[in-house]
Amino acid sequence: MATLTLNPGARHELKIFGLLAAVFAAVYFLPVGQPRFDGAVSEALELTKWYAREHVVLCLLPAFWIAGAIAAFVSQASVMRYLGPTASKPLAYGVGSVSGTILAVCSCTVLPLFSGIYRMGAGLGPATAFLYSGPAINVLAIVMTAKVLGAPLGIARAVGAVAFSVIIGLLMAFIFRHEEQKKVAAVIALPESEAGRPLRQTATLFAVLVGILVFANWGAASQTTGFFATVFAAKWLITSLLGGVLAIMLWRWFKLEPARIATVAAATIITAIALPGHPTWPFLVAVLGLAWLSAGRDDEAGEWFKQAWDYTKQIVPLLLGGVLVAGFLLGRPGHEGMIPSAWISGLVGGNSIASNLFAAVSGAFMYFATLTEVPIVQGLVGSGMGAGPSLALLLAGPALSLPAMLVLNSILGLKKTATYVALVIAMAAISGWIYGLLMV
Amino acid sequence: MKIQILGSGCAKCRQLAAVTEQAAHEMGLTYELEKITDVTRFADFGVMFTPALAVDGVVKVSGKVPSLDEAKKLLS
Repeated sequence: MATLTLNPGARHELKIFGLLAAVFAAVYFLPVGQPRFDGAVSEALELTKWYAREHVVLCLLPAFWIAGAIAAFVSQASVMRYLGPTASKPLAYGVGSVSGTILAVCSCTVLPLFSGIYRMGAGLGPATAFLYSGPAINVLAIVMTAKVLGAPLGIARAVGAVAFSVIIGLLMAFIFRHEEQKKVAAVIALPESEAGRPLRQTATLFAVLVGILVFANWGAASQTTGFFATVFAAKWLITSLLGGVLAIMLWRWFKLEPARIATVAAATIITAIALPGHPTWPFLVAVLGLAWLSAGRDDEAGEWFKQAWDYTKQIVPLLLGGVLVAGFLLGRPGHEGMIPSAWISGLVGGNSIASNLFAAVSGAFMYFATLTEVPIVQGLVGSGMGAGPSLALLLAGPALSLPAMLVLNSILGLKKTATYVALVIAMAAISGWIYGLLMV
Repeated sequence: MKIQILGSGCAKCRQLAAVTEQAAHEMGLTYELEKITDVTRFADFGVMFTPALAVDGVVKVSGKVPSLDEAKKLLS
């Protein structure tokens, strides 16, 4: 009896056939014409359009430049000094809990770093602090959370991530204190320290970039007087002034040609005059101008562009996919997607311990590509998820996923991995519940 | 020479592999290329920042993708 063995060529062709068959079946049975399905498709497109109009130019693009600046100008090697084997423990916890902003944006960088800090560096506690906070407090995540989901949730996420990363780290170190960790006696291979510019200049650059981001996105206040309202009225003036400061820095510190900088400035001003009331357009012109000024250069400005562009290429497709899926499944506030709002409010509405726990557990197992937690939480809130469970989801979601748990298991073993997962779920559920109580 | 690319498989790791192979090819080197994606092995090299390149067991660069010229210098 001949056995059905497949050679690799046949297996490849069968995969193609399987894919075509699956696509055909999906399209054959596509419930086009059924109101819920059509509505969901429309919601997916509406949500994507809303993101493109409201968040991409003013929020996401500056955030990519900031993330690029961090990657290009902040020395990762100097941060690692505080997470190495000889680092003082309290300092290592502190640095571990915030260095995610500097060291990592995507999950593919978090896990090797965690493994290194655990086995070659400061040990299980600080490594766990980094592991938990890293995905939660990267620049892009905080900026998008604050912009789309509101400042309170953005701040709660950042504060929660840092605070609980230290707590979880300490708990892990305490629970497993009797296990002598055989440190790998390897010299940590550090990325070369860029001879870089004085810290003063780097700090000022960041202040200006963050300032542009904050003021360009300053929301309308509920009252017409007072500090917030006054700033709102002046936001574009302030943003333009900061843009001018950036132009001067590009000229004096980065040595970009003044003629080219002036061209970009002129184009921005002309666009602003030609399209009053639409500040997004001159802002976009300025951002594209900065790209034109810095792209392809061999110097620091070129490296800055390269890092920012790398982030853009990596994250925009993921965010686009996340928004489409969120829109399709959950719709926008007031408009349902495929999933009825009643299911959502039933499972994670209100602020009971159960809803917070359910949100934390789901978040821990679900995989969120960088930033996709934002449109998904937005959709869930619009469909009836409570404020507490939404924080629980934000604190448990990006930090963990089933694939990540499997990798952690190979690094830490089952007991430590299970303990870590349990701690994350517990912390996320508790902080969500407290936040929900505070926000009533 | 033995060339090892350490990384979990994202775009940067593939770029590093491509640049390294191109450099080795242009320099006419005979080499054996190994892609290491198992996170637990990175620590054996002392690597924490991926992607990383090791030549004959010595880490030459980690945390970034070198340009073609830089890659050639690292391989020589």
